[in-house]
Amino acid sequence: MQEINWVALSVFVALFGLITWLGFAAARWRRGDLDQLHEWGLGGRRFGTMVTWFLVGGDIYTAYTFIAVPALAYGAGAVAFFAVPYTIVIYPFLFLVFPRLWNVCRKHGYITAGDFVRGRFGNRWLALAIAITGIVATMPYIALQLVGIQVVVGALGISGTGLGADLPLLIAFGVLAAFTYSSGLRAPASIAIVKDILIYITAFTAIIAIPIELGGFGRIFAAVPPQKLLLAVPGANTTGAYGSYATLALGSALALFLYPHSMTGILSASSGHAIRRNAAMLPGYSFMLGLLALFGFFAIAADVGHRPEFAAGFKQFGNNFAVPALLLHSFPSWFVGIAFAAIGIGALVPAAIMSIAAANLYTRNIHREFINRNPTDRQESQNAKWVSLIVKLGALVFILFVPTEYAIQLQLLGGIWIIQTLPSVMFGVYTRWFNDWALLLGWAAGIFAGTAMAIAVNLKSAYPLSIGGYTFPGYIAVYTVVLNLVVTVLLTPLFNALAGKRAPADQTVAADYVA
Amino acid sequence: MKSANPTPGRWNWWYLLFLLQFVAVLWPPFYNRLEPRWIGIPFFYWYQMLWVIIAAAVTAVVYLASRE
Repeated sequence: MQEINWVALSVFVALFGLITWLGFAAARWRRGDLDQLHEWGLGGRRFGTMVTWFLVGGDIYTAYTFIAVPALAYGAGAVAFFAVPYTIVIYPFLFLVFPRLWNVCRKHGYITAGDFVRGRFGNRWLALAIAITGIVATMPYIALQLVGIQVVVGALGISGTGLGADLPLLIAFGVLAAFTYSSGLRAPASIAIVKDILIYITAFTAIIAIPIELGGFGRIFAAVPPQKLLLAVPGANTTGAYGSYATLALGSALALFLYPHSMTGILSASSGHAIRRNAAMLPGYSFMLGLLALFGFFAIAADVGHRPEFAAGFKQFGNNFAVPALLLHSFPSWFVGIAFAAIGIGALVPAAIMSIAAANLYTRNIHREFINRNPTDRQESQNAKWVSLIVKLGALVFILFVPTEYAIQLQLLGGIWIIQTLPSVMFGVYTRWFNDWALLLGWAAGIFAGTAMAIAVNLKSAYPLSIGGYTFPGYIAVYTVVLNLVVTVLLTPLFNALAGKRAPADQTVAADYVA
Repeated sequence: MKSANPTPGRWNWWYLLFLLQFVAVLWPPFYNRLEPRWIGIPFFYWYQMLWVIIAAAVTAVVYLASRE
């Protein structure tokens, strides 16, 4: 690999130092009693519209996204742009469903989706299923954030094998773990502001400067092989690439806000109105993601894949190296330092929120429910702090000792799994009609079928569903959540009849959702 | 926001506007083509980017309209 880029590395380290200080200082920001779980794990539900914008933006548009989406455009072309319709159609859901969820959670002191489901349906096993799904789906996601750090550190010229090569990752991990432990959600919220400013500077500079350097968009798109520019037109008797493109966008959108880290970000807002305003403002990030996807084409046009100085990087990181290589090729070292810091810090923000979210789930829906039923506030928040460390350690071990492709495949399965909580959580916000055990069996059917379908197609996201001579390739998450709903709806009357009058009580009332 | 304001959570007919963006971006035959280009960018790409902006505007309209 190339020599260590000292200028870029210095800028990178300086910015990392700044956010480390900020992460610890954040404990005193909008000061609250960090011995209470809703203070540590939700920032006291006090973040207004702007902070929520930075926090949720940093949370769902992760560093890994910024590396992987352009990498997909670089390798596979047009299909990578599904990220744009995906991040368009998420916002009606955010606007309609989540203010209701926020209201009821605030009213009853719920911190996790599991808490809500427990209160709504009165079934701790269903809540356990929600919690475990959330934790398992989140772990590989954290691991992928660390991959984001690995790629930029490698691109700075720190390479090789053994402890020396892993040291930067270990340091970043240590910093992340320490400030999350001490400051809770306030740490990623404050860091997100710095990181997003860096990301926007990078994206808008690059989207103007690189096309000028490469001779305009016309030239750039002319350099892309024609078959990569559009989706393949479906043949007879199949919905082809169109079906998978649309279902991938829709399914990813439905899954996104069910992830524990999105839930944590949203519940930390100060009001339902702050959430609604964000549904109109967060598309700012979608726009940037679309621009970044185009970076994959810039990388093709700049021919970074055939430049000898980047050969080692592509060998080690595959197409994920396309964006770092493009930035190294196009910009002076000091600017590369800023851009890489944006990506590296961009990994810490979601990783922190994810570990907090997983810790909240464990603490509330597993530990409190099954191990210690009456913890003090202090015990509960202490418990969550420790679990956040364990979760991150797990992700670190994963990334150091297991090939990256496993993390990617697990993350793909995670999306299929997390969407199975949709009937309980999103529909639960509107109706108590479903039977709790029917929901649990529907969930199990979705998880089982989804996993089996994914394995049947060698861990790809699309499954070619055949019905009467027609083939409908589509995102497995969408197919299996439909199955989940069908099972739940069919079993609900049956189980209600069996349960008779012993059906568990609903802690919530209609007014809790609208005030 | 003052709590005297009407409440997020109740149904409002303005919400039907959201259907626009679902139809516009989840039906690839609408936009899976190269022409017309805009400053050299194929239709496929600038159409979807444009819809990010339209969808945000729609959401803002729904927010303002459903507040009263």
